[in-house]
Amino acid sequence: MKLHFDVPGDDFTRAGEASGQVKQKMKQLGFPADVVRKVSIALYEGEINMVIHAGGGEVDVDIDPHCISLLLTDHGPGIEDVSLAMQDGWSTAPDHVRNLGFGAGMGLPNMKKYSDEMEIESTVGVGTTVRMKIFNP
Amino acid sequence: MTVQQIATTLGFEILSGEESLSRSVEGIYCCDLLSFVMGRAPADFAWLTVMGNINAAAVASLADVACVVLVDGVLPDAPMLEKAQQQDIAVLAAPGPAFETGLAIDQLLEA
Repeated sequence: MKLHFDVPGDDFTRAGEASGQVKQKMKQLGFPADVVRKVSIALYEGEINMVIHAGGGEVDVDIDPHCISLLLTDHGPGIEDVSLAMQDGWSTAPDHVRNLGFGAGMGLPNMKKYSDEMEIESTVGVGTTVRMKIFNP
Repeated sequence: MTVQQIATTLGFEILSGEESLSRSVEGIYCCDLLSFVMGRAPADFAWLTVMGNINAAAVASLADVACVVLVDGVLPDAPMLEKAQQQDIAVLAAPGPAFETGLAIDQLLEA
C-alpha cells in the first residue's frame, strides 16, 4: 500500500498528519504495536524537521507486510554537515520552535534510533532526502 | 493500576480520554522536550509535563503513553484538548510540580 502526504511549512498544528494517519492505517492492518510505534515516531520527527527547517515537503510511505519504507523529500536549505546534524543535541532550531518543546537536537538521532535502515542525501541550497526502512520481523 | 484509579486516588482532574482511563500505567516519565519523550518514554508510562500544546498530544499518541499528566496547574490549550478528545488520549491535570506528582504516582504504583 502506498500513501502520499504533503507536509505544510511552518504549521506545527498540522505536522503529524502523515504519521497519525500511517499509525491508524497500520493498526487497522494489524501490525504489532512496537512496529507501529517505531514507524510513527520516525515519521513524526521527519515531519517536524521539514516544518522547522525546510518550509515543508513531501512524504511517501510504502506499507508492505514485512517492511515499511518512508521517503521524505524537501526543497529546503539542505544540511551542511550531516554527521554533525546526526549528533545528539546538535540543533539549529530557532527559539520559537524551542518554546514549543522541539529543537532539542534529537530529531535525526530519533529517526536513526527507530528505523532499521536510514540514508540521508542532502545538498546545500537544493534540499534533503531521507529514506528509512522499518522491518516487521 | 489504571489511569482512572490514579486520577481518582490523587484527585487529578480528568480532561479527556474517557476510553483510555482503563489503561494500565507501568511507570512514570517526566520531560518537557518532545523529542526526548519520543526517544525515551516507554509505551504505557504516565508522561508528566508542562507542555499543554497540540504537539504534546501528537507525541503522547505516537509514543503510546498511557496518559499525559499536566503538572504545576498547567491546562491544555484548546487545540490540544480537541486533539486529545479526537484521539482518545487521557489527559489529567495535577496541581503540584512534576517531582511531587511523580512521587505520589510512584507510591501508588509501588503499593
